[in-house]
Amino acid sequence: MMMKRRSALKLGAAAAASLAAPRLALAAETVKIGAVAPKTGPLAGGAVVTQWPNVALWANLVNAAGGLKVDGGQKMVEIIEYDDQTNPGETIKAVQRLATQDNADFIIAPYGTGFNIAAAPLFDRYKYPHLAVSAITDQVEDLASKFNGMFFLLGSTTAFVQGVVDVLKGMQADGTLTGNKVAMVNVADAFGIELAAAAKPLFTAAGFDIVYDSSYPLGTQDLSPVVKAAKAAQPNAFVAWSYPPDTFGLTEQAVIEDLQVEAYYTAVATCFPAFGGRFGAAAEGILGAGGINPDSEKFKAYAKAHMEVTGNAPDGWASATTYASLEVLQQSIETVGLDREAVTEHIRATTFDTVMGDMNFNANNFNEKFWTVGQWQDGVYQGVAETGRQGAKPVRVKQGWA
Amino acid sequence: MSSTEIQGFVFAALALLVAGALPYFGSDYVLSLGISIAMFTVLATSWALFSGPTHYISLATAAFFGLGTYTTGLGFESLPIWSLIILAGVLGAVLAALVGLATLRLSGVYFVIFTLGLAELIRQVITWGQNMTGQKGLYVLTDLTEAHLYQMLVALAALVFLVGWLIGRSRLGFALRIIGDDETVAAHSGINTAQAKVLLFMVSGAVAAMTGAILAPRYIYIEPSLAFTPLLSFQVVIMALLGGVHRLWGPIVGVIPFTLILETISANFPNQVTLFIGIVFLVIVYFIPRGFAGLIETVRNWSAWREARS
Repeated sequence: MMMKRRSALKLGAAAAASLAAPRLALAAETVKIGAVAPKTGPLAGGAVVTQWPNVALWANLVNAAGGLKVDGGQKMVEIIEYDDQTNPGETIKAVQRLATQDNADFIIAPYGTGFNIAAAPLFDRYKYPHLAVSAITDQVEDLASKFNGMFFLLGSTTAFVQGVVDVLKGMQADGTLTGNKVAMVNVADAFGIELAAAAKPLFTAAGFDIVYDSSYPLGTQDLSPVVKAAKAAQPNAFVAWSYPPDTFGLTEQAVIEDLQVEAYYTAVATCFPAFGGRFGAAAEGILGAGGINPDSEKFKAYAKAHMEVTGNAPDGWASATTYASLEVLQQSIETVGLDREAVTEHIRATTFDTVMGDMNFNANNFNEKFWTVGQWQDGVYQGVAETGRQGAKPVRVKQGWA
Repeated sequence: MSSTEIQGFVFAALALLVAGALPYFGSDYVLSLGISIAMFTVLATSWALFSGPTHYISLATAAFFGLGTYTTGLGFESLPIWSLIILAGVLGAVLAALVGLATLRLSGVYFVIFTLGLAELIRQVITWGQNMTGQKGLYVLTDLTEAHLYQMLVALAALVFLVGWLIGRSRLGFALRIIGDDETVAAHSGINTAQAKVLLFMVSGAVAAMTGAILAPRYIYIEPSLAFTPLLSFQVVIMALLGGVHRLWGPIVGVIPFTLILETISANFPNQVTLFIGIVFLVIVYFIPRGFAGLIETVRNWSAWREARS
């Protein structure tokens, strides 16, 4: 009996000791920045393109410049990273750990809508400013009133759909879109469903005729029936509210079927450098969700640094916005110091100078200026529709797949 | 009631009091670990109630859990949370009864495959419903704190242990042990094997659904891929087996070290979490195949033997 109790005690003590073991000895001079996002699981593929490289790039540039300017001196930043395994329970635990065990000074927003929302009460409880990038929702008002340090940088579902509708209306006015027939498909998963639901009334109200409307499950391997059926409906424009794997899959089938449309749109991941690399000349004229102005001097400098530090080019949408969120955080910290509530107040009241251009937040903590649609033009992903950003290029007509 | 049973009850009541009081003396961080431990204690113990004696491996935990989260997600604006937890339990039991009637006459691998498919089936049905109606993810914004949710889970755990103890000493529990040893013999002895198995499966399904209903306010945002994640079903099986399923208290001695090990790995090796979890599994399977409960009993027997010799 004694033996049992002693071994149980030993086990417990060992577990407690390993939990309490201090992380690498920290100099008192560093500013601790927490980062929680997937490195494994279904969302890891997106996070390693848009989230993690920008965290690394930002820390690298700040430290290369001597650190954050606080309290009259400079302090290096130390990034504490955790993998949430694409599991909201793990996101919650990791943010809790950052706040109470690691005593992080600030925490970078998690990756993905559900994960940002699951973490929001903790950011709120410990008064961390929560600059959510990869969280697109139409519930901004409710969320911002409940969690008043939560900011939304990337836009809203309705705005993305409105951007596409406006692009197509513009093409009609220019005479490059010669009819009003739209074939629309969507991936039957969260964001695809939201976009499709928002799109139906907006297309109809704008005078478009949805001649084909269908959905396919997430993870569908064979998308040829979808593209064949869309082609048979003889649309003028093809619009797919798609996710990364099917954005590639649909476009492959469109090339094979030689889908003749004047406008071709796929949503998430069209802006990835890998998309342009995969389709080359066939990508020319393809429209996609989100955009950037690759000709602005700030973006050029950012893209160059991104390439040098991480070895990869940034994507044409959320990469630069993720980086901009860190610039906002940095500028606020350097103005008001490490007091988190003061930083939140400062973010709400200030206009920031970022890689995306100037950025500020409305009464609902919502950044109203963002890119909604981009297009591959001469091998570069260019922003073509926005809600207040500079440098949009004219839309081109899609001319074949050669 | 025998004196060892009274001892057990006193010990269980004390443990319950200490566990329930955690929010009053533990830090927020300890509380968030406590929620994980309480959640997996409830899920693994209720899983073992069915799978322990019958040896049917159920991978349906995620299906019931997701059903519970959706019950809260759809009803929290019109009904109080306690009634949703009960409703989730009823729905979970009904679903388990339907599934059980259809599959528990099958044995072995057919049952395993069906339960694994069940979570995916329900998830696809809900996704289909969302796609048809344009319904988005659900936002469960409540005023419940982690301490509330934790105490509800501890109360549910107490209920599970009570039910498990009552079943263990009932005719039903006896029947299940016979079924687990030899189903043909059980049938020949006049036991209605299908009925016994379905009843236990219903208990297990109801508890998993209630756990999901309690935890929905913690995740706030509910969508099918999060609510029906298959990983959950596997974690529950692994933790229960690590603890040992031949004792009512077996799973809990698996859940606690497993959660702490997982936490240590996630905190210290953020880039190799999956790798280290894999290594831990190998070590466990290789060195403690009978689970911690088996290990503890071995140690107890050994020390008794040593005392007898001295």
